[in-house]
Amino acid sequence: MYIYDAFDRQLLAERVTEFRDQVARRLSGELTEEEFKPLRLMNGVYLQLHAYMLRIAIPYGTLSTLQLRKLAEIARKYDRGYGHFTTRQNIQFHWIKLAELPDAMAELASVGMHGMQTSGNNVRNITTDQWAGVATDEIQDPRIWAELIRQHVTLHPEFSFMPRKFKIAVGASHRDRAALRIHDMALRLHRNAAGETGFEVMVGGGLGRTPYLAQTIKPFLPKRDVLSYVEAVLRTYNQFGRRDNIWKARIKILVHDLGAEAFAKEVETEWQSIKDGALVLEPAMVADIAGRFRYPNYQQLDDNPPELNVARRSGRSFDAWMNNCVTKHKAPGYAIVTLSLKPEGGTPGDCTAAQMEKLAELADRYSFGEVRVGHEQNLALPHVAQRDLPALWRELDAIGLARPNVSFISDIISCPGLDYCSLANARSIPIAQELTRRFRDLDHQRNLGRLHINISGCINACGHHHVGHIGILGVEKNGEEFYQITLGGKADENATLGTLIGPAVPYAQVADVVEDIAAAYIDLRQTADELFIDTVKRLGVEPFRERVYAAR
Amino acid sequence: MTSPLDQKKIKIAGPVVVTANRVGDGAVVYRSPDGGWTTELGGAAVVIDADSARALAEAATGDDLNAIGPYIAPVKVLPGGHVRPGNLRELIRRSGPTIDLPALPDM
Repeated sequence: MYIYDAFDRQLLAERVTEFRDQVARRLSGELTEEEFKPLRLMNGVYLQLHAYMLRIAIPYGTLSTLQLRKLAEIARKYDRGYGHFTTRQNIQFHWIKLAELPDAMAELASVGMHGMQTSGNNVRNITTDQWAGVATDEIQDPRIWAELIRQHVTLHPEFSFMPRKFKIAVGASHRDRAALRIHDMALRLHRNAAGETGFEVMVGGGLGRTPYLAQTIKPFLPKRDVLSYVEAVLRTYNQFGRRDNIWKARIKILVHDLGAEAFAKEVETEWQSIKDGALVLEPAMVADIAGRFRYPNYQQLDDNPPELNVARRSGRSFDAWMNNCVTKHKAPGYAIVTLSLKPEGGTPGDCTAAQMEKLAELADRYSFGEVRVGHEQNLALPHVAQRDLPALWRELDAIGLARPNVSFISDIISCPGLDYCSLANARSIPIAQELTRRFRDLDHQRNLGRLHINISGCINACGHHHVGHIGILGVEKNGEEFYQITLGGKADENATLGTLIGPAVPYAQVADVVEDIAAAYIDLRQTADELFIDTVKRLGVEPFRERVYAAR
Repeated sequence: MTSPLDQKKIKIAGPVVVTANRVGDGAVVYRSPDGGWTTELGGAAVVIDADSARALAEAATGDDLNAIGPYIAPVKVLPGGHVRPGNLRELIRRSGPTIDLPALPDM
């Protein structure tokens, strides 16, 4: 966990006081909606179809049980008893009342949480690997760098009114678990030929109407220069990014129009003028931030304790969960446990207050009081002793959080869509729910293997459909919901944008189409262990297109 | 959402209402014939020509204290006078999400 200090607490307290006054003035009529809207957005308060929505940042996806209990309390007291985890390590409450928002924010501030910079044309919540600090393959905990950047850009006046929003992700492994290349800017810690560690810097990624993958503009940036280089990129974007057309305002358009090389040159010029100034990260400064991340006092334990092996041999369901949801940990004798928020017939990413409270209890008992949130809209317990896994599994199963479908076809990423969102053209959640019913058989899911479905209810692509192995995009045609299908996208270290397979299909046919695609994959794969995404890569989308459209 | 001020070329192909979100809680409201707001679509002022729609929308826009982002939305008037939303978006705005919400808290 990161330990906030008095400065952080004061900043949040002042923001709550300020917002309470702004809400009072709005309710009294002193502020018009036109005046109030940018103020509420600066605090993560949106207006959706039926109600206000509060989006709360979960920096680098790390939650304490104190915070999780507070989220449950907010859900019960101010909302309708649940929250929705998003694709950017945020949580949203969809039914919150304006007059009660200041109280809710004060309660959140009491546990170091807020909605600042979860909206607006600023640097949004900085995301990273949900396994940060415990993954076996990471070079260093990426949250240290995410936190340094977060502190620098929070309420930074120069970067509070950029051409558009700006999303940064940080990774520290070869395996990309943070979808780096779909971000406006991404930093990946790696080791160069000389054995030194530094960052690969990527810019210009983004989905939406015009999807691009981020391009590398600096293969190796020394760690001391991270803040100055981020500043140089933001300044270059702030100066040259378009402000005349909202659809062309993101940095991806600038990088594409200028070319990555020319953009990098502009950044380099800016960077050279500031790189040896006040933003140099001295080792002591980095050590100070690193020291505020507290790690558990792990016991000296062995991997694969006998009681775990006995439990695996005696219980098929437990063994299936172990295979699907449990990952090796940095510390011997410990494990990372992923909790699927994708129940059959449920809404991807939704979690009830009761689940949050029980999970907090389990995290206190089994995971040193810590929970993680991933961009796939699932949760994780990051520090579980392997000997405790059978007991934990039983308790998770009782609250519906032990479904062993992680990374399978029913582990669907989905935006809220037209059921909640004022931008959406079509519904996403009912499509996801129907697919989880069609593919309820876990043996069938295991046979299909790793297969990611991403659904967005409009071209803004909050469900990241472009990088789904199967991407589903809702559009509206003459008042009816239709869905475009793409295949072959992925958001990992070999990120790729999916290819459209043909004309959009009506709402009622989407699940049938996905079943046809899954069946085609089974027929077309060379071996049982050739993944869906590899079959699409080998054959292209044509055989799938034929299968889908021949039938209709 | 489209503000009525942006709906410069109002083309009315049938009955319409003016709808918005209530300031206090964001609830969906409809402009009523008495110049107030109602959460019941059945209580909304229904008009069928562009001039009336524009007048209704302009009056609604003046009530910034109570409603946010008023705009003109299509409705269907059934035999007997029952008013129904004119498209899926408006149906969802009136009736709520088409999915079951997660379990409500113990109250």
